Amino acid sequence: MNLLQQSQASVLFDAPGPKARARYTVYSVITIAALIALLAWVVIQFDRRGDQWAAEKWTPFLQPETWTAFILPGMANTLGAAAVATVFALVFGVIFGIGRLSDHAWVRVPAGMVVEFFRAIPLLMLIFFTMAIGGPLGQALTFVFAVPFRIVVDPFTAVVIGLTLYNGSVLAEIFRAGINAVPKGQSEAAYSLGMRKSQVMRLVLLPQAVTTMMPAIIMQLVVLLKDSALGYIVAFPEMLRAFTLIATGEQNVIPAAMVCAVIYIAINLSLTRLAIWLERRNARRGRATAHVGAAPGVDAAVAAVPAASVPTPSVQPDDTPEPVDRDGTDPAGPDAPGGGRPAG
Amino acid sequence: MDDIFNNLDSFVDGFSWTIRLTLVSAAFAFAIGVLLTAMRVSPVPLLRASATVYVETIRNTPLTLVLLFCGLGLGNTMQLQFSDRVEWDVFWLAVVGLSAYTACFVAESLRAGINTIPFGQAEAARSLGLTFGQNLRLIVLPQALRTVIGPLGSVFIALTKNTTVASVAGLGVQEASREMRLLFDQGQTDVLVVFIGFAIGFIILTLPVGYFFGWLSKRLAVAR
Amino acid sequence: MRVRRIGAITAAAAAATLVLSSCGLVGGSAEYESILQKAEETGTLVIGVKYDQPGLGLETPEGPVGFDVDVATYVAGQLGVTPENIEWVETASSNREPFLEQGQVDLVFATYSITEERQDIVSFGGPYYVAQQDILVAADNNDINSPEDLADQPLCSASGSRSAETITETMEIPAQLREAGNYSECIELLSGGSVAAVTTDNIILAGFAAQRPGELRMLNQPFQEERYGVGMPHGDTETCEAVNAAIAQMWEDGSAAEFLENHFGETDFAYAEEQPDFEPCPAA
Repeated sequence: MNLLQQSQASVLFDAPGPKARARYTVYSVITIAALIALLAWVVIQFDRRGDQWAAEKWTPFLQPETWTAFILPGMANTLGAAAVATVFALVFGVIFGIGRLSDHAWVRVPAGMVVEFFRAIPLLMLIFFTMAIGGPLGQALTFVFAVPFRIVVDPFTAVVIGLTLYNGSVLAEIFRAGINAVPKGQSEAAYSLGMRKSQVMRLVLLPQAVTTMMPAIIMQLVVLLKDSALGYIVAFPEMLRAFTLIATGEQNVIPAAMVCAVIYIAINLSLTRLAIWLERRNARRGRATAHVGAAPGVDAAVAAVPAASVPTPSVQPDDTPEPVDRDGTDPAGPDAPGGGRPAG
Repeated sequence: MDDIFNNLDSFVDGFSWTIRLTLVSAAFAFAIGVLLTAMRVSPVPLLRASATVYVETIRNTPLTLVLLFCGLGLGNTMQLQFSDRVEWDVFWLAVVGLSAYTACFVAESLRAGINTIPFGQAEAARSLGLTFGQNLRLIVLPQALRTVIGPLGSVFIALTKNTTVASVAGLGVQEASREMRLLFDQGQTDVLVVFIGFAIGFIILTLPVGYFFGWLSKRLAVAR
Repeated sequence: MRVRRIGAITAAAAAATLVLSSCGLVGGSAEYESILQKAEETGTLVIGVKYDQPGLGLETPEGPVGFDVDVATYVAGQLGVTPENIEWVETASSNREPFLEQGQVDLVFATYSITEERQDIVSFGGPYYVAQQDILVAADNNDINSPEDLADQPLCSASGSRSAETITETMEIPAQLREAGNYSECIELLSGGSVAAVTTDNIILAGFAAQRPGELRMLNQPFQEERYGVGMPHGDTETCEAVNAAIAQMWEDGSAAEFLENHFGETDFAYAEEQPDFEPCPAA
């Protein structure tokens, strides 16, 4: 139970009496009026300036060719780049997240530096840099991955590299927080059974960490998907770029941007719903969901947690049990690493 | 290193816009975020609903698109003009977009903060006869704010990095990443050196902020 | 051990995506001595054009259309490649050199200016057209009639383009720069009145003007030459000569004039009607 959930049952305010109810009705009416005024202003301005509601600016989106030639390939590229980057970012995150927990300083320190560096750099700068240094980078990648062909740094590769490094670093922190949130007794029990360090990590800690962190991981994937829209700047033919091309041909920038936004919102909302559903399922199974490092300075997780990754995982749907250990005295607040209450 | 020092003015120029964008947007984002939070816990269902719809819509739209709406929709189609000087006009348009976007994350953090307050607090306040506004202003928000200083620091840092998107997306604010790209395009400097220079700039901007918020959140932590 | 299964799937997916995502990036014409040889032996070519420039190369559901596309189709025809055997690839400004170097495209017809720096990396046939920088304003704007009138006026150009700097720095006209992501955003800003003028190559401006007949006006006061060449791998003399012969033929038989008339006839753009002088091909 918490305040928000109670707010429907009025914790912050008393059950409205006849006077209050009348007042709320007035507020509602004012709100409606304000909303209608705002909407009307937008609609009228869009109509007056450049006739944005003109049928010919919207009909292209009713034609199947627009979808088959532009939007669907763009969506495929967006989802494709996001999928490839997700896979690499997860691998990167697991490696560096575990690396930061290593007992050896020569592993822990460099891993920490890499993660902190890439979390502090804007994604756009990473993409520009990857494009600018494309030639040598392609050769280096070909060498590192030892593939029998040349890796070419084109816009797709640049976007994937940027998304991987940035989101991989954030995921590394998520994994680290998740592993830290597994109760100590778990690893102690595993060691006492004679497991080696790698076995404890692989068989005991990581599986539990991944399960508790799943909602946070999925929310980070929403961030990754949204960020892939930056690819339009380097002419990677993803969805936003596809809409830009439609707008160039049909001269309907505003309508195209609106349709594009609706599609993004639909995709991201379904991913968010998935995260919430997983969290609920976790809760039903008696596991709390751990939350990732928000308290900069408290631990080394200082530099930069991306916009969505911190607040969002902590946001509970109104009817899930409370995520945070309220009885604890964790000073860092609701989002501190390990703030969750794992029920082992 | 010469590549950095010879281009120090474009470096300083770029980061001065980055800092201005960050600070001004942060102020507006915080104000809008608090307002949205108040709406979300208010007794009027319609206010609650509209705040939720706002947050869910903007939060799930790529920032690039939000800023594109500001640059081409607000600035161009709707003729919202802030200044006669182009660089200030696009600056304020970018501020509108960045604050509108960041406010969602401020609101989400505050909501998480409100979650942590024992409801005995609010009940006690009500039993003293405090109205909803008083309750929120005097009891709930101050405590919620103190618990979410850490997350708010992260939102602030994310905003700092997000200002780079204002260099594109129909606005063209000449902030740091744009200056970096210009140096890349001119091709007279070492790409790696320039990149590391600008990267260090961002680390200098974000690292102390992180420690400051961390220190603050410890200092102001609510002991329960 | 569900999570272990997830781990295994992730690892397998990582390997698979690495291979798949990279496989798409190889290919090209490494096994042929020249692009000409490839064209003759296989009857196919991969040609890079712009996808976002009306009048020059604009993607449509039926494939790209525009002047560059027409020229490319003509030249390919002269090299023995029929239109249906041309594979079109989008080459944005930033990836023309890498795509040629790495063999992802055989030839590039994408408003590709011949410059000395680029000639170190790739070779050029042509030029097939010499564009010049010009200025586009709204049709009802009578205040701007020469570049000098841009002083203190908001002027749009695409990010990454040097066109605006020619005006503010080389010509020292203190226009207020507004950078947009691409030229179609610039045109949108111009129609909305947020900027007073857009500057870049006149043929690019004309392509946008042709989309909105009567709404936009070109100054037709060109001031900086941009020679559009046919990009090809570095040192490919044989192909360069064949391409030049095809371009000469295109101008001689009136095809070039016809293409220009098709795409820009409705605008006030005074396009060139003579074949430009060719650059020397790289020494064999």
